[in-house]
Amino acid sequence: MELLVASGIGVLTAAGIYLVLRLRTFPVILGTALLTYAVNVFLFASGRLVVGAPPILMDDASRYTDPLPQALVLTAIVISFGMTAVVVMIALGAFLGSDDDHVDDQDGALDPVRKLERAE
Amino acid sequence: MSLILVVLMPFLGALLPGVLYPAGRRTCALGTLAVSVIALIGLASNLPALLNGEVVTQRIEWLPALGLNATFFLDPLGAFFATLILGIGCLIIAYGRYYLSRDDDMGEFYTYLLLFQGAMVGIVLSDNILMLLVFWELTSLSSFLLIGYWRHLPEGRQGARMALAVTGMGGLALIGGMLILGQIAGSYDLTVILENRDAIQSSDLYLPALILILLGCFTKSAQFPFHFWLPHAMAAPTPVSAYLHSATMVKAGIFLMARLWPVLSGSEAWFWLVTGAGLITVVLGAVIALFKHDLKALLAFSTVSHLGLITMLLGTGTAFGAMTAIFHILNHATFKAALFMSAGIVDHEAHTRDIRKLGGLRHLMPVTATIATLAALSMAGIPLFNGFVSKEMWLEEALHTTLFGPEWLVPAVATVGALFSAAYSFRFIFHTFFGKERHDYPSHPHDPNPGMWLPPAFLVSLVLLIGLAPFLAEPLVKGVTGAVLGSAAEVPEYHLAIWHGFKPPLYLSAVAVAGGILLLLLHRWLQKGWDVVPRPEAKTIFDGVIAGCVWVARRVTCVLHDGAFTRYAAILSVAILAAAVHAFLTGTTGPATRAMQPPSVVAIATWVMLVAATGFLVFVHRHRFAALILIGIIGLIVSVAFAFFSAPDLAMTQISVEVVTVVLMLLALNFLPKTTPVESGMLRRARDAVIACAGGIGAGALAYFLLLRDFVSAPISEYHLENSYAGGGGTNVVNVILVDFRGFDTFGEIIVLGIAAMVIYALTEALLRGPVRARLLNRVPETPLAGDRHPLMMVVLTRVIMPVLLMIGVYIFLRGHNMPGGGFIAGLVVAVAIVQQYMASGYAWATQRQRFPYHGIVGAGVLIAGLTGIGAWFTGHEFLTSSFTYIKLPLLDEFEVASAMGFDLGVFLAVLGAVLLSLESFSRMARRAYTEESEYAMDIDPSRENRTGGTD
Repeated sequence: MELLVASGIGVLTAAGIYLVLRLRTFPVILGTALLTYAVNVFLFASGRLVVGAPPILMDDASRYTDPLPQALVLTAIVISFGMTAVVVMIALGAFLGSDDDHVDDQDGALDPVRKLERAE
Repeated sequence: MSLILVVLMPFLGALLPGVLYPAGRRTCALGTLAVSVIALIGLASNLPALLNGEVVTQRIEWLPALGLNATFFLDPLGAFFATLILGIGCLIIAYGRYYLSRDDDMGEFYTYLLLFQGAMVGIVLSDNILMLLVFWELTSLSSFLLIGYWRHLPEGRQGARMALAVTGMGGLALIGGMLILGQIAGSYDLTVILENRDAIQSSDLYLPALILILLGCFTKSAQFPFHFWLPHAMAAPTPVSAYLHSATMVKAGIFLMARLWPVLSGSEAWFWLVTGAGLITVVLGAVIALFKHDLKALLAFSTVSHLGLITMLLGTGTAFGAMTAIFHILNHATFKAALFMSAGIVDHEAHTRDIRKLGGLRHLMPVTATIATLAALSMAGIPLFNGFVSKEMWLEEALHTTLFGPEWLVPAVATVGALFSAAYSFRFIFHTFFGKERHDYPSHPHDPNPGMWLPPAFLVSLVLLIGLAPFLAEPLVKGVTGAVLGSAAEVPEYHLAIWHGFKPPLYLSAVAVAGGILLLLLHRWLQKGWDVVPRPEAKTIFDGVIAGCVWVARRVTCVLHDGAFTRYAAILSVAILAAAVHAFLTGTTGPATRAMQPPSVVAIATWVMLVAATGFLVFVHRHRFAALILIGIIGLIVSVAFAFFSAPDLAMTQISVEVVTVVLMLLALNFLPKTTPVESGMLRRARDAVIACAGGIGAGALAYFLLLRDFVSAPISEYHLENSYAGGGGTNVVNVILVDFRGFDTFGEIIVLGIAAMVIYALTEALLRGPVRARLLNRVPETPLAGDRHPLMMVVLTRVIMPVLLMIGVYIFLRGHNMPGGGFIAGLVVAVAIVQQYMASGYAWATQRQRFPYHGIVGAGVLIAGLTGIGAWFTGHEFLTSSFTYIKLPLLDEFEVASAMGFDLGVFLAVLGAVLLSLESFSRMARRAYTEESEYAMDIDPSRENRTGGTD
C-alpha cells in the first residue's frame, strides 16, 4: 500500500514538473495543480497511512490516525484553490492584454532594462 | 514633563500642521510653534534636577531579550543640544512663516520640520544606542524630504538624493560600529558603554568600531572627504539650511563624537583620524568658501570649515579641546543660523543670492545689513564677538597640537584656515552690503516684515552678549564639558574671557584678520586664478560612481533576469534536486520500522487509474478541455484516497474544491486558446522529461522512505486526541484542531483566502477598465455559440436541487464539530449550489437575485471569526479559546453550543465569499464579451412565449 501511495506521489510530481516547464500558461497552471496534489498527499502521508481509523472520537474505537496533518492539509487545499484562481486570473489578464499566452518574456517585452536599451 | 513626552511631542505635533493648514498660514505656523515651545518648556522643567547634578532617566522595557528598550536620559550635554534644537527650531518656525511663499505647501513643510526636530531630540536624549540609530536614520530621511521640498527644482532633488546617499551610507556604517561597541560593552545602554573605557580601548574590535562610527559621524557632519554633499543640500529652502545644515543636523556627528569622547578618544587612531580630518576640512572649506559666488554656498563651505574646527578640537583628546569644542558649537549655532537667515532675507527680497549681482544693500535694507554684518564679524573672529573668544581658544589648542611631524605645522595650518575664514566673512559683508548702491536687482529689495528679521536679530543679540561677557556662558560651557568628559578627565581651570594678555593666539588672530583683509583686496585677481585652475568636481565624481553602480546592477540583472521564466523553473527544479541528492548522499537513513500494508485489489485498480490519467494528461495536455477532464479525474482519485486512508474531512474538501476549480478553469478557457501549439523540439522535451522524472523519483522515494519509518519523536497528536472532547467540546478532532487548537492558523488562512479573492476582484476591475475591455467587446468567439445556452432542463434541475444542497450545507456545518464536516466544507458546498445557478440561469439573472456583495461576505466572515476569538478575552482566556455548554430545548435532544461554532461560521462565510467572488469575477469578464445577456433564466421558455403571445 505504501509503495502505491509513494509511487503515486512520484508520478504526480513528475507530471507536474514536466507541465510546469512548458511554454504556455495553461499547461503550467495544470502542472502546478498536479504539484499541489502531490504535495498535499505527501503532507497527509507524513501522518503515515492508516486505514479505517478516522480521527472521530468514538467509544468503541481503539485507535485513531494522526489528525494534525489532516487539519493542515485541509486548509492547504482551500488556500491552493485561492492561489490557483489568482494565477489563472493573472494568466488570463496577460493573454487578454497582449494576445499572447507565452510564459517566457517575448523579446524582452517585460524587461525594463531591455526596454530602456531599445529606447536609447 | 517626562523625557519621553519631550521626544514624542514633535512627532505627535507633526500631525498638526497638515490639519491646521486649511485654517490659514498663520494658524498653521502658530500651531507648529506651540508644539516646539511646549517641548522646550517640557525640557526646561527638567532643568532643576539637572542643576542639582542629577541625570534624569526614563526607561520603558520593550524587547529586553534583544537589549532594545526605550531608554532616555538627560545630562548637561543632552540638555545643551536639545535646547539648541528646540530653541533654534522655534526661531526657524517663526522665520519660515514669512519666508515661504503662498505657493508652498506650508503644512507639508512644517510636518517635515517637526519630524526632523523629533528625530534630532531623540538622538540627543537616547540612552539606548539602538534607538539612537533609529533616530539617526530618521534625521537622514527627514533631511531628504526637506532638501527636496521644492521638488520642481532638479537641484533640490539631486541634492536630496546625494545627501541621503552619503548620510545614509554613513548611517549604515554607524549601525555596524555601534553594534560592535555594544557587543564589547555587553550592553546597548550608552550610560553603561561610557563606563567601559578600558574594555573598549583594549578590545581588538576597537579599531573597526572606531572607523565605522567615525564614518557615520564624518558623513553626517560633512567632514573631508564627505564634505561635498552639504553645499548641494543648499538647494533646500533657507530655513532648512539654517536649521539642519548649520545649527543642528550636521552637528549630530559632532554630538556623537562628543558623547562617545570618554570611551573612544585618547587613542592614537582617534587622534590621527579625527584631528587630521578636522584640520583638512577647516582649510579646504575655508578656501573654497572664499571663491563661491552663491551666498548660501559660501555659508555652506564656511559651515564645513567650522565643523572641521570643532572636529579637530574633539580629536586632540584634551579636556581643553573638548571645552573649546562645546563653546564653539554654541557660538557657531548662533552666528551661522543668523547668517543663513540673513542670506535668506537677501534672496527673498532681491530675488538673487549671487554675490556678483549684489552690493550696497546697506542703503536699501539697513536692519538686515546690521544683523548680517554683526554675525559675519563674529564668524571672522573679530574681538567683542563670540566667534573671537572660541577662535582664540582654538588657536591656543592648535599651538599645543603636533600632527604629521613638525611642531609649527598645526598652528600654521590653523592660521591659514582662520585667515581664509576672515577673508570670506569680509567678502560676505563687503560684497553684499557695502559698496555703491545698485539698481539692477531682479527685484527691488527692502527690509522685510519684522517676523523675518526678529529671529536672526535675537541670535545676533546672543552673539554680542557672549562676545562682550563670555563669563556668562562659562557655567553652561563647563557644565556641558563635564558631561562630555565624564570620568575620563577633569574640567580645565580656564576662564572664558575676551582678554588673556599678549599671548601667541592673539598674534595668530591678528595675522589672520590682517591676511583676511589683504585677501579681500586681492580677491578679484585671486578669483581669476581660481577659475582657471582645474579642480575635481565632487558632484561629477559622485554622479560617476552612482552611474557605475547602476550600470553594474543593470548588467547583473539583465543576465540573471532575462525574462525566461521557464528556464528559471528548470534551474529551480534542478537546484532542489541537487540539494536533495546532497542530503541523500550525506545523511543517514535508518532501517524500515513499519511493515508494508498489503494492497487491496481496489487500491491497485485506483492506482492504475491514477497513473493512467496522469500519463494521458501529459500526452494530451495540448487539448485543453481534455486535460481539464483528466485533472478532474485525478482530483477525484485523490479524494477517494483521502477517504480510504481515514481522512473523511479531507475527502469532502478535496471533492468540493475540485468542482469549483474545474468550473474556474472552464471559465478561463472561455477566453484562452483551446489548444496548445507544439513549440519545443524533441531535445527540449527530452531535457524536461529527464528533470521531471528525476523530480518524480525523488519525491516518490522520499515518500516511500518516510512511510516505512516511524516518527522520529512522538507526535503531538496524542495531545489533540486526548483534549479534543475535554477541552474543545468536539469529537471531530480535525475540526477541533482547525477551530480551536490551531484556530489562529485558520484565522490567518481565511484572511489569506479573502485577500486572494480581493486580488482577483481588483485584477478584474483593472482589466475591465483598461484596453482589455475593448478587446473583449470586439472578440469573435472561436466556436459557434450554442443556440440554447441556458437549457430548460438544467435550469429546473439546478433550482430544484438548490434547497437540497443548501440543507446539506447547513447539515455539514452543524455537525462539523463532532462528525466530518465544518465551515470549510459547508462553505464550498453552498458555493457550488450558488455557482450552479450562475451556470444554468446566466450571470445577469443570478446577479439580480444577489442580495449581498461577495467581498462583504468575506469581510463579515473574517470579522465574525475575529470577534469570536476576542470574545474569549471577556471570559478571561487567551484569544480564540473556545468555551461550550450543552442545552436542551423542548422537542429536541440535548445539543451542544460552542463558541467555536461562531468561529466556524466566520470560516464558512469567508470561504463562501472568496470562492464566489473569484468565480463571479471570471464571469463578469465573460459578460463583457460578445454575449448579450438575457434577463430570463431560460433562452427558450414555453411559458414566456405563451404569455407574450397572449398579450399581443
